Amino acid sequence: MKRDIILSGVGGQGILSIATVIGWAALKENLYLKQAEVHGMSRRGGDVQSNLRLGTGPIFSDLVPKGECDLIISLEPMEALRYLPWLSPEGWVVTNTTPFVNIPNYPPIGEVMAELGQVPNLITLDCDSIAKEVRSPRSANMVLLGASARVLGILEPDNLKAGIEAVFARKGETVVQANISAFNAGFEESGKFSK
Amino acid sequence: MEEKLLLLGDEALALGALHAGLSGVYAYPGTPSTEITEYIQAHPLTKERGIHSDWCTNEKTAMEAALGMSYAGKRALVCMKHVGMNVCADAFVNSAITGANGGLVIAACDDPSQHSSQNEQDSRFYADFAMMPCFEPSSQQEAYDMVRGAFDYSEANHIPVLMRLTTRMAHSRAVVRTVGSAGSLTGIRPQNKMHFPPEELARFWVTLPGISRQRVKILSEQQDQFLHDSELSGRNPFTDGPNHEMGIVACGIAWNYLMENYPDGCPYPVLKVTRYPFPKGLLRQMAATCKTIMVVEEGQPLIEERLRGLLYTEAEGASGVKVKGRLDGTLPRNGELNPDILREALGMEVRQVFPEAARTVPRPPSLCQGCGHRDFYTALNAVLAKYEGARVFGDIGCYTLGYMPPFHAIHSCVEMGASLTMAIGAADSGVWPSVGVIGDSTFTHSGMTGLLDAVNSKADITLCISDNLTTGMTGGQDSAGTGKLEAICEAIGVEKEHIRTIVPLPRNYPEMERVIEEEINYHGVSVVICRRECIQTAKRHAK
Repeated sequence: MKRDIILSGVGGQGILSIATVIGWAALKENLYLKQAEVHGMSRRGGDVQSNLRLGTGPIFSDLVPKGECDLIISLEPMEALRYLPWLSPEGWVVTNTTPFVNIPNYPPIGEVMAELGQVPNLITLDCDSIAKEVRSPRSANMVLLGASARVLGILEPDNLKAGIEAVFARKGETVVQANISAFNAGFEESGKFSK
Repeated sequence: MEEKLLLLGDEALALGALHAGLSGVYAYPGTPSTEITEYIQAHPLTKERGIHSDWCTNEKTAMEAALGMSYAGKRALVCMKHVGMNVCADAFVNSAITGANGGLVIAACDDPSQHSSQNEQDSRFYADFAMMPCFEPSSQQEAYDMVRGAFDYSEANHIPVLMRLTTRMAHSRAVVRTVGSAGSLTGIRPQNKMHFPPEELARFWVTLPGISRQRVKILSEQQDQFLHDSELSGRNPFTDGPNHEMGIVACGIAWNYLMENYPDGCPYPVLKVTRYPFPKGLLRQMAATCKTIMVVEEGQPLIEERLRGLLYTEAEGASGVKVKGRLDGTLPRNGELNPDILREALGMEVRQVFPEAARTVPRPPSLCQGCGHRDFYTALNAVLAKYEGARVFGDIGCYTLGYMPPFHAIHSCVEMGASLTMAIGAADSGVWPSVGVIGDSTFTHSGMTGLLDAVNSKADITLCISDNLTTGMTGGQDSAGTGKLEAICEAIGVEKEHIRTIVPLPRNYPEMERVIEEEINYHGVSVVICRRECIQTAKRHAK
């Protein structure tokens, strides 16, 4: 069994925290894992992605081949579109609907969402608003992780929550709880989409 | 006691070095190598053992300090990005002449596809050129294991060893099994005690031609032994396959991309190369039974070129073995590899289903909102709009992004320190105003000597140091010149009244513009230091 995931977003949105939590849970479940990250120049407001590969057997490439990705998790809708060539026919896209507009030529958001609509297995949610609703405005990334948990298919949601506790522990119990609430809210919201 | 950790390739190398009895890491930050030193700085063993881990001013000072530590018998690691190899090349190449006493390992992180670099030079050529062994791990576990082997080999053979990583290895995480855990020192090697080079080797540390000529001869003679060791090391494993129509040589992480396409095993014979000098004998064996050899290298075609020569010489051009790779178009000439590129080269179809989306546009990196470089460029542009023919020579750092809209503020960026020296040459050619723009860390890295040139030749230039009190582009490491820039400029000989300091904020635009204009109108060397803390490090400090 293996799961290939692409995490995407804009530098500073918090995709590496999502990757860290998934990595923690994978280690706990004794899975093989490779996780390619983007550091350096492209972080500054540029598009960022992380390739995450989990499996019960050894993994060779750090990068996901085209047409093989089981799940695109994106903190930004246009950034989800960018990785469609990597998505497998049965793959899922779970994306935040709030656009991050830091370029003058950002396409009309309606057209971006329409193009995403061609993906048969799609979960869209406004992570920023949901995070605010549960009073964790800085945890939109954990809302997204919660929403992805249902279709991740290889990690137990409880282990992801344990991962959040471990990863955010040094920031204190309030931050941990804010992130757990965000995760739960995202998980619940994703239940509205059929699997 | 064994421990399982999830580590970046950089971190695996760092931990391997710590567990191999490291006494000092010497480095200048540079993507994708920065995390090696940062991991060592944060590790408890570093404090416990008093391991040196402060950042160096540049890669040359780092390489030389590490060589000094090796001379004193201790194990030292030098880390840098690939272009840092150019900065320390003199020390690096000559460290093969002096040889190593304590184990000396140089970790160079290459950046194929230039994710954060101005070129994609391949550091394996440096090892080849310096006649040094080179290790190139294909996994995080190998990075951890091989660095210890590199230190042992360096010490046993009195030769520095180059460890080469590429971006994907440096910045990808995987589970690594270690020999020692945080709480126990079992399996962790003790540090070396100080000891000087043995008598028969001590003279080679003085590279007078009469002495180093002997040493160059010895080094040349050692090559056969390095090759022999490389072939028998187990780090260049050969796996036979049923189909001898083709043999494949796969180096470092290129091997991963190859095997990704053959989950049940590769039908062709495969020679995996993770240690150099590259195993010529094994390549010859492959050439004897395969009609075609495909060489898959992450980087420039080092083995591919050599292999063409090897086969030609041995069979007078009539070996009949075809060599495929980056040079004949089987693989792209430039850029990093991936599983899909290999797939196509192997004649398999890429499995893409969804086409590229129509509604995506590039999202290039940009200067952060609120960054002091932005305010500096706004003021500089306002002033230079008054001068026809003004040219601005930029440098390496976040502020290189000043080339991008809306600023379009610089006309060049070449390598660390080239801003002010290019400004000198341009001024000598009649360009006026000739302005250099450099960051604080880049200035101390490679700008100070150029400033001395400017002072000595009374060049008509204005140097703007955009000082954000950190090495920003690589994530905010200590900057060697913090708090010392005015003193440095004055000591180099810039007149005190032409060393001006301004604070880049929108409310200061009138003053900033006045100061910049005054110094441009001064026909001599002037320095404008534009100082405000990087907003990223300021945010961290506020927490």
